[in-house]
Amino acid sequence: MAAARPRPRETVVPAPPPLSSHPPAPPLASGTSQQSAARPGSGTMSAPGAGAAGGGRSGTAADWGGFEDNMQGGGSAVIDMENMDDTSGSSFEDMGEMHQRMKEEEEEEAEGEAGAAEEEDGEFLGMKGLRGQLGRQVADQMWQVGKRQASRAFSLYANIDILRPYFDVEPVQVRARLLESMIPVKMINFPQKIAGELYGPLMLVFTLVAILLHGMKTSDTIIREGTLMGTAIGTCFGYWLGVSAFIYFLAYLCNAQITMVQMLSLLGYGLFGHCITLFVTYNIHFHSLFYIFWLVVGGLSTLRMVAVLVSRTVGHTQRLILCGTLAALHMLFLLYLHFAYHKVVEGILDTLEGPNMPPFQRVARDIPVVSNAVLNTTTKTVALTL
Amino acid sequence: FAGLADVSISEEIPVEGQITVPVGSHSPDEDGSTLDEPVRETIMRDLKAVGKKFVHVLYPRKSSTLLRDWDLWGPLVLCVSLALMLQGGSADSKDDGGPQFAEVFVIIWFGAVVITLNSKLLGGTISFFQSLCVLGYCVLPLTVGMLVCRLVLLAGSGTISFIIRLVVVLAMFAWSTLASTAFLADSQPPNRKALVVYPIFLFYFVISWMILTFTPQ
Repeated sequence: MAAARPRPRETVVPAPPPLSSHPPAPPLASGTSQQSAARPGSGTMSAPGAGAAGGGRSGTAADWGGFEDNMQGGGSAVIDMENMDDTSGSSFEDMGEMHQRMKEEEEEEAEGEAGAAEEEDGEFLGMKGLRGQLGRQVADQMWQVGKRQASRAFSLYANIDILRPYFDVEPVQVRARLLESMIPVKMINFPQKIAGELYGPLMLVFTLVAILLHGMKTSDTIIREGTLMGTAIGTCFGYWLGVSAFIYFLAYLCNAQITMVQMLSLLGYGLFGHCITLFVTYNIHFHSLFYIFWLVVGGLSTLRMVAVLVSRTVGHTQRLILCGTLAALHMLFLLYLHFAYHKVVEGILDTLEGPNMPPFQRVARDIPVVSNAVLNTTTKTVALTL
Repeated sequence: FAGLADVSISEEIPVEGQITVPVGSHSPDEDGSTLDEPVRETIMRDLKAVGKKFVHVLYPRKSSTLLRDWDLWGPLVLCVSLALMLQGGSADSKDDGGPQFAEVFVIIWFGAVVITLNSKLLGGTISFFQSLCVLGYCVLPLTVGMLVCRLVLLAGSGTISFIIRLVVVLAMFAWSTLASTAFLADSQPPNRKALVVYPIFLFYFVISWMILTFTPQ
């Protein structure tokens, strides 16, 4: 290392005659010979040497430009974080590099000084040593304090910033994607682009929760808002996150090219059809209308998701597995939300209120026409047993 | 270190001035004096601040008092009173009161946190607690609506009372949403206001639904 770097002192020093005979990097062996030659010149060297060392130090101080700016710009001992945190830690890397370089230089100088200690005056060594030590200590302190503050700030704000790029949308984009989620794509030989955003899906899940709660209001029953709300939130979020994870796992098995965020986004936008269907059929209670909406609206959104997945999967068996599972889960979820969810809720209400009323009797509008006969017989048997 | 040595502070950069933070917080000696004042003065000062913010919510103008000096006393009082009034839904089962209070409480605060996170992620310039403060204070019209609903329900629970309650709750819901939009939408980039207003709309819709479907027994 000592041979690689020119010693700053000696590059800057105007060579007085006794010193010109010195080789630029005095090896240890010849150190003793240099000592005797240098000693008469050391007295004269101390004064220009101080300036030279200062000049030499200015060479290294130029590397410390950022450090200087911090000291000068702040004028205080407190670290000014706004100079340090916008460059994504690069100034810390600079400080780290400078720190490292300082360490290497001081090691190199330590070697050189150990080898040629008598070459310098004791006073000169003291001055340089003092400045070196002071600078190193200050640098060390600033580095430690800065690192501590940065890690604290980063751990505080990093959690939000991870999600920030997924929320970078405009309202027109959200509207366009909502409409697109109902239109199945035709081109399935080319991988379709999926926008990895989370704002739209999150808002759609919350809207679905609100619609489920809105559908809960019936005129005569006593409603426990809290329990219903917890169930609604749990159902919707559980479906979104759970089915996304499951399909992502299947996609991993079937070698489909889709990331988790894309899957969350795709399924979230697929809930738009569910929202429309439930919103309409909670207000207009015709079961045939619900079946039409289930097939048309639910089918369109399912077709879109299926087409996008097919375009990203290779192989017939894999496509069949993946898309069949997704289609089945999606359509069955809509059926569940319209029919069985009410029964779950009524089950909760019944367990809370006691067995004084037979089940499925209060909210007649939600019992499907198709299975009415089955339900009637079960109700009668249950009422008979009670 | 010639560069460092050149930083002769006394020559080039005069170090003078005050080491006080010019943000409007109290200077140290003022804090000392508030420690000695009677408790009633302290409480009255806080109550006056809360009351002033209530007035700002009821007549929403574009003032920044609500944002600048945020506090969470008002939201806490409103949330607790709303949760207390929403209790007593049914006298049948014995475990009715507890979970309901907790659910309302959790839903209000969880919803406010989600909306705040959403507005921050969309690039809002408002801080976390400022947003919580505004959302909590804008529950005031809905609390007033809940009070009116309870009074109406004391009179009877027929169709007419349902219509009255529906109208009142709808009006309060619109008022709450407009009030919070007036405060929060300014802190967003102008083309994204709709993205921030929609979750607020959903949040107050859920609270309004809870108020409207409340039937004491």
